[in-house]
Amino acid sequence: MREVVLRAPDDYEGWRDAARALAEGSVPPEAVVWRVADDAPDLFVSPSEGPSDGPRRALRVARRFVDLAELVACHKDPERFAFLYRVLCRLQDEPRLLDITTDEDVFRIEMMAKSVRRDRHKMTAFVRFKEVAVEGVPPAYLAWFEPEHHIVALAAPFFVERFRAMPWTIVTPEARASWDGAALHFGPGGSRDEVPAEDATEEHWRTYYVNIFNPARLKVDAMKREMPMKYWKNLPEAQLIAPLIRAAGNDEARMVATPQKTVPKRAATIVARADEARATRDAPPPPAVHGGMGGNGLDALKREALACTRCDLHRFATQVVFGEGLSTADLVFVGEQPGDKEDLAGKPFIGPAGSLFDRALGEAGIDRSRAYVTNAVKHFKFEPRGKRRIHKKPGVGEINACHHWLEEELKILRPKLTIALGASAIRSLTGQSASVLSVRGTVLTSALAGPVFVTVHPSFLLRLPDEESQRTEYARFVEDLRAAKALAANGDAGGLQATGTLL
Amino acid sequence: MARLDITEKLAVLADAAKYDASCASSGAKPRREPAKAGGIGSITGQGICHSYAPDGRCISLLKLLLTNHCIYDCLYCVNRVSSDVRRARFTPEEVVQLTLDFYRRNYIEGLFLSSGIIRSPDYTMEQLVRVAQLLREEHGFRGYIHLKTIPDADPNLIEQAGRFADRLSINVELPKATSLEKLAPQKQASTIRKAMGGLRLRLDEAEDERKRSRRAPAFAPAGQSTQMIVGADGEKDSDILESSATLYSGYKLKRVYYSAYSPIPGSSQSLPARKPPLMREHRLYQADWLYRYYGFAMDEVVGATDGGMLDLDLDPKLAWALRNRGRFPIDVNSASREDLLRVPGLGVKSVDRIIDIRRLTAMRLDDVAKLARSAKALRPFVTALDWTPGASLDGAHLARAVKRPAEQLSLF
Repeated sequence: MREVVLRAPDDYEGWRDAARALAEGSVPPEAVVWRVADDAPDLFVSPSEGPSDGPRRALRVARRFVDLAELVACHKDPERFAFLYRVLCRLQDEPRLLDITTDEDVFRIEMMAKSVRRDRHKMTAFVRFKEVAVEGVPPAYLAWFEPEHHIVALAAPFFVERFRAMPWTIVTPEARASWDGAALHFGPGGSRDEVPAEDATEEHWRTYYVNIFNPARLKVDAMKREMPMKYWKNLPEAQLIAPLIRAAGNDEARMVATPQKTVPKRAATIVARADEARATRDAPPPPAVHGGMGGNGLDALKREALACTRCDLHRFATQVVFGEGLSTADLVFVGEQPGDKEDLAGKPFIGPAGSLFDRALGEAGIDRSRAYVTNAVKHFKFEPRGKRRIHKKPGVGEINACHHWLEEELKILRPKLTIALGASAIRSLTGQSASVLSVRGTVLTSALAGPVFVTVHPSFLLRLPDEESQRTEYARFVEDLRAAKALAANGDAGGLQATGTLL
Repeated sequence: MARLDITEKLAVLADAAKYDASCASSGAKPRREPAKAGGIGSITGQGICHSYAPDGRCISLLKLLLTNHCIYDCLYCVNRVSSDVRRARFTPEEVVQLTLDFYRRNYIEGLFLSSGIIRSPDYTMEQLVRVAQLLREEHGFRGYIHLKTIPDADPNLIEQAGRFADRLSINVELPKATSLEKLAPQKQASTIRKAMGGLRLRLDEAEDERKRSRRAPAFAPAGQSTQMIVGADGEKDSDILESSATLYSGYKLKRVYYSAYSPIPGSSQSLPARKPPLMREHRLYQADWLYRYYGFAMDEVVGATDGGMLDLDLDPKLAWALRNRGRFPIDVNSASREDLLRVPGLGVKSVDRIIDIRRLTAMRLDDVAKLARSAKALRPFVTALDWTPGASLDGAHLARAVKRPAEQLSLF
């Protein structure tokens, strides 16, 4: 029988060095006794040499085991070091053992590690420092804590990191940790008397605790599960728990039964003043003296549209995304509907399809700021999926409901040429359905808009699977835009005769 | 009015803040700028609950209102202008001092500051920002700061708030715009949504900037969250859940908090006199989890409700499974992760472990039971090496057989 004597109850390094040597010598777990230095020696074991070493072998240890062992070494179980050595030996023959969480040993090592982690977490939560004034220097902070496992050294780095500029000491029955502002020291355990019983701020803390508690929703078991009673004796707020629970039923009844005695006299005045301030802020700006009539007409139309509830889409979208651009534009572009980004920002064509559109406009020599850009449907239609919204094609019902706004926009704009980007725009502008590709590049007539030039929606270009078709389709799109520009420029020369028909 | 001392103000303004359910200090990232000499504080990814109140809620942050004076008249709110509640107002410096006093003694992870609206939304937001700025710049505070954001406030103020705070939140308050019109006449659902949308764009932008340069300033690294009051206006769970899906998908919220409407002193006649069962809130959180972590679409969850209300006796995953028995049993040794996540009694962790283990060895029912939250709930829905549920899956009494007894609240 071999005996290994460890320096301290949480001596992971000591265990690791001894375990490595023993395991390399193939010493079986039954042949080793593990002891912490100040434990009484085991009477049944003589510290003599055990059975002779087996064959030497190279150790293999997964990182995951090391992480677990560091924690388990701090567990209060007196068998922890022997247990860890046994698992280490098993790992030599069963390298994937730790993945089999249903194995008894694996289950146990995980449970022990979990218990230590939880204890460390509770220590970071429930340590309560008391301020101790020291003449001439910054105050010191002292705490008494009773952990379940041997975790003082394990938990200390948290307090160093958090309270770096503050000298503090945490005393436990078994060990203490002190930080002097520059270095961390460990020392022997102590007693509760070393730490002052009170701190003036505790009165504030208790005031807070009483008032943040909602007596209308008592859930004592939930509290006890997370803050077990064993910690209560060192928590200044815990003395309040029993009286708060006793009074809770009454407090709740009082809250419900208390009719309001008076309405504060100034309430009505305050509300009226606030309403007035908001009304002033939201009011339309006074008409500009030199501004074009059309611009103001669009502004007024937009304000009206912002409150639109003509279809159900307003219930889920962020906001109406109205058209944007020059009220005297020759060219009006009509897309389908705002996308995710447009919906958030309240501006049309600013997402991925918008960027592509901008680039194509640039190449076609069209200045977007001289044009007007809008959509057939002004609210974003989508399907929520986890953290994303998936675009959904608007239905005929939604296109029809929103047609009103497009109609009003076009009445004010009276462009030379309207460009329909995709099928939804065609539908809204002509009232008829058509496959985009069958009428692409032609001019349709619309009772509403006059001549309508048809091309694809830029998002069509984004959906193309391969680079080759992306390149050719993009070039075609730019060509279409050039053609539209030319048509508008020659509009007066009869270039805007209808060339396409919808059947 | 007599001047209140700090203790009295603390009592009034903590009491006024307790109806906000959110208290999380999680999800923050350590601040990248170098620590200031004499500064204090750190961030842990998972957050720490430093205490629990007998209402079972974690106390992680010092949750306060800067003031409970308010010019709004939201009927469900204890601080509405027409309420005769006792009023108080902190100075920014007082909140800073309390935060530091509590933080040094390890009572809290940081501050969650909200406020009644005084003078104007901008003025109020300025005051909130001021507190966060003092903590960060004057005191080198590196703990957690959550600021309530006022939707009507100037975007510049929200930009500043995001610079100092770890998390920002705008409360949607009520799941339906019509309820908001009725109960909170000064608030508008459209303004709230627009503010959340703006915040999301800004969060995305900040994330992109940080990917390009480590020096780019942080903007609310713990993201945004919101709260909905449940049971104040007869809305259905389906309304609430649809609203949540919209919020999560559109604004990338870290959390939607559901707060069961709590009767408040002197409450308005148009509100229910009784609180909804706390179990309703719990079921909503479970349904929320199914959407966020279990791959359920919200209409699947809603499809397993009774006329839009979640079953108080059954957790929503079990309710869904009972209505979709044709999709079971699922073979734990071969099913996809997506399918395993649908099994009642199996959590995300258990599913990932099953996938690890079954690569090495075929699993028996006992092995699965060891990993599961509830072996009883699980049995009828899976097959394992030594187990098939047989006809039990088709039995009419399945719901009763797998139901866990309702949780009891107890006094001691």
